[in-house]
Amino acid sequence: MLGYVIRRILMLVPVFFAVSVVIFSMIHMLPGDPIENLLRVGSSPAQREALTAKYGLDRPLVEQYLLWMGNVLTGDLGTAIVQRRPVAQLVAQALPYSLTLGGLALCFSTVLGVVVGTIAASWRGSWLDQGLMGGVLFGSMLPNFWIGLLMILVFSVSLGWTPVSGARGWESLVLPVLTIGLGGTALVARVTRIAMIDTQGKDFVLLLHAKGVHPLTIQVRHVLRHALIPVVTILALRIGWILGGAVTVEVVFARPGLGSLLIKSLNQHDYPVVQASLLILAMAVMLGTLMGDLLQAAMDPRFRDSLT
Amino acid sequence: MSGTVHKTGILATIRRSVAWRALATIKGGVAGGFLLLVVLGAIFAPVLTPYDYDIQALTNAFQPPSLAHPMGTDEFGRDVLTRILYGARTSLSVSVVAISISLVFGMTLGAAAGYFGGRFDRMVMVVVDLTWSFPEILVALMLVAIIGPGVTGTLVAICVAYLAQFTRLTRSQVMALKTETYVEAARGLGASHAFILFRHLLPNCLGPVLVAGMLATGDAIILEATLGFFGLGAQPPTPSWGGMMSSGSGLLFKGPWIILFPGLCIALTVVAINLFGDVLLAKLDIRDRLRVV
Amino acid sequence: MLLDVRDLSLRIGTVGLLDGLSFSVDRGEVLGLVGESGSGKSLTALALTGLAARMGATITAGSVVFDGTDLVGLKESAYRRLRGKRIGFITQNPMSALDALVTIGDQVDQVSRLHLGLSKRAARAHTVEILSRLRIPEAEVVARAYPHNLSGGMKQRVVIAMALAADPDLIIADEPTTALDVTVQAQIVMMLADLVRKRDLGLILITHDMSVVAQICDKVCVLYAGRVAESGPVRQIFAAPRHPYTEALIGCIPRDGMAPGSLRGIPGTVAAVSQYGADCCRFAPRCGRADARCRTQQPLPVVTGTGGMLACHHPVDSPVKEAADADAR
Repeated sequence: MLGYVIRRILMLVPVFFAVSVVIFSMIHMLPGDPIENLLRVGSSPAQREALTAKYGLDRPLVEQYLLWMGNVLTGDLGTAIVQRRPVAQLVAQALPYSLTLGGLALCFSTVLGVVVGTIAASWRGSWLDQGLMGGVLFGSMLPNFWIGLLMILVFSVSLGWTPVSGARGWESLVLPVLTIGLGGTALVARVTRIAMIDTQGKDFVLLLHAKGVHPLTIQVRHVLRHALIPVVTILALRIGWILGGAVTVEVVFARPGLGSLLIKSLNQHDYPVVQASLLILAMAVMLGTLMGDLLQAAMDPRFRDSLT
Repeated sequence: MSGTVHKTGILATIRRSVAWRALATIKGGVAGGFLLLVVLGAIFAPVLTPYDYDIQALTNAFQPPSLAHPMGTDEFGRDVLTRILYGARTSLSVSVVAISISLVFGMTLGAAAGYFGGRFDRMVMVVVDLTWSFPEILVALMLVAIIGPGVTGTLVAICVAYLAQFTRLTRSQVMALKTETYVEAARGLGASHAFILFRHLLPNCLGPVLVAGMLATGDAIILEATLGFFGLGAQPPTPSWGGMMSSGSGLLFKGPWIILFPGLCIALTVVAINLFGDVLLAKLDIRDRLRVV
Repeated sequence: MLLDVRDLSLRIGTVGLLDGLSFSVDRGEVLGLVGESGSGKSLTALALTGLAARMGATITAGSVVFDGTDLVGLKESAYRRLRGKRIGFITQNPMSALDALVTIGDQVDQVSRLHLGLSKRAARAHTVEILSRLRIPEAEVVARAYPHNLSGGMKQRVVIAMALAADPDLIIADEPTTALDVTVQAQIVMMLADLVRKRDLGLILITHDMSVVAQICDKVCVLYAGRVAESGPVRQIFAAPRHPYTEALIGCIPRDGMAPGSLRGIPGTVAAVSQYGADCCRFAPRCGRADARCRTQQPLPVVTGTGGMLACHHPVDSPVKEAADADAR
């Protein structure tokens, strides 16, 4: 098991470099010159060159990449060109907001999705099943930002229960978490339901009934346990969705997270910040997949044993 | 259906009949009817509304819904319903065109990867998996940032964002089909790779991939709207559903209808597309084949 | 009588799958329930354990009297207290009968904790004891293992251990050996026969293998397409089968000294459930003795001299003398 964990972490290293190359080359195809934003009207070409040299933008791309990577590995993400602050500082400020939001949304959609999926699978084909599944599916089809806006309209503007935007206190988290969570809930509920229905037909479930075990115990302690394995796999694969949802929702609710930072920097053509935010998001996706794999190993003895 | 085989081939006839049968169900009928309504509304927008979508009349701003303006007016005094009708032109055509292009590329790439296998397949899959693990919205945001905001940027962004999905799906279909006896028989008879691919494999995986494309069009409409919401989609004065909401939560206080109706329109269209796709899946009996994950 | 089944009929939807089954089993007795695939054997097992409703089946007639109480129409909660506690169940395929995510020990413990109210520790001790009695080496180690660590034969022993854990009165074993290697099959069969003798249990052994029936059963009930074809004491049936189907089944057993190529099969297959006729002998299409009457009139089961039953218009005329000889032997 330990060997597997180490191997799995080592496998992330080449992926990390591949992703960083992709991000770097994409960023450097971005149009718009950030230096323009820094120069006052009528400044001399010499000033322009000085600034370009200062940010290393005159060197060959390969050299720029190596320089950037070298700095990243030592924890230096560079300096934001437009915002004129260390990128690491900007990211460090934004990250906790995004992590809280993403983490809570993930928990919310997992718990709600599993509960809905279990209920739907247990009363398969009934109006409860159809109503619940139809409901979550409907919720997942609506545009994220629009649900966010609607919720603001209902809960903040009309009812005044929650703050409209910003990030003060836990109340400001409720609506964003609900907004992001809805999409994930449908996914989790659907996978849970299918996996449970699939498992319910297995021989061992029949034998559990023959052993006189209470149906509820069978459903929760045995069937659900099997169904959670694919749920974890899918969640790990789709962790990016939650993060992607976070990007939009942060903007809607004006939360100072990584998503807001990314959009702002994209609009300002602030390379170093965009580069760093994307790298962090990519790392989050990779770590999510890793967590999923490890969780799966922890949950399934067959998988665990196949590793050695 | 009529008993005679048209020049378009048996395949097209069957597809048509499946679409018809889907329309004949209650779910499919309501969903399909709504979609038809939206498309007709977009096409006949100039006839249907007396207003212009881009003429500002600030004295008329923030009118709540009334008989003259069934969905109210926006912050510049423009009729919201008119802008929704014209916006449907942008939103629908961008999504449909982008997904169609993406489908063609994805099918070619996926079919080639699945059919030839080997190093080419592995290379394609590494790239596909990499993009797939990234949420579409992030991929699209990056691309729009590179190409620049506007219709072209959105088009390319949607194209690339869904390429991975179609490639994956086609590849898995082709991989499953290529071991079938009739394919091996064709190969044994000396059929060329191109012949087998285009004559046997692609037509057989067309159903699931096309339905997946249809469902993805729903997602693409949301993606287009999201980009528009960020101000990165079609640029003013061209109306688009997302763009109409880009003023964001600020307008919620003064005129919630400005945001409510375009969003409702997106939501209903997307739900209708999904419902219709679902009925199609059931009618084609390919629900299982579409399960990518 | 421990279990007495009378005229049991059952249907799924509109299709009648079991039609007037009657058989019985007493303590210390092994009843063989025999038939080809599709004859309704497994469904009978489910009906007896009250699990047939899970498959969407309803019992339409008859009674299942277990130790004095009729189980037909018994409340599910009451049935649940019988299952595992008084009626043990052994499934067909040990490979898929165990929960892959739970240790062997926990799965066996579950029964004794549930039905005997044992503590966690006592249940484990109980489990280890049963496992070792079923000749599983290093039972403590096995109890901590997961199903995929064990061989098929071992898994089947674990399933048997679960059936035994609450010390039941009746065990229903649905083809317990089909999925196993031939060498292991014999071990498991002998183990079951041994249990019946030592614990004074009733055992219903469902199988399609007549040689297994010959080895350990006291009574046999031959099913064909959801109906009883013939039943009676094993010795009697083997020595002098009266139903053509029974005769054919016995003819399918390979024996010592048989000439190569002389092993017989039964032509044709069991009719699809949807083609079950009501007013006919369902074996008629495959029967060499069938005539017009067999195709238009159902042969009703009659009680035979040996206390068994026979449902045939034209039974095989087996010499009474031979049967008596066989008995004497």
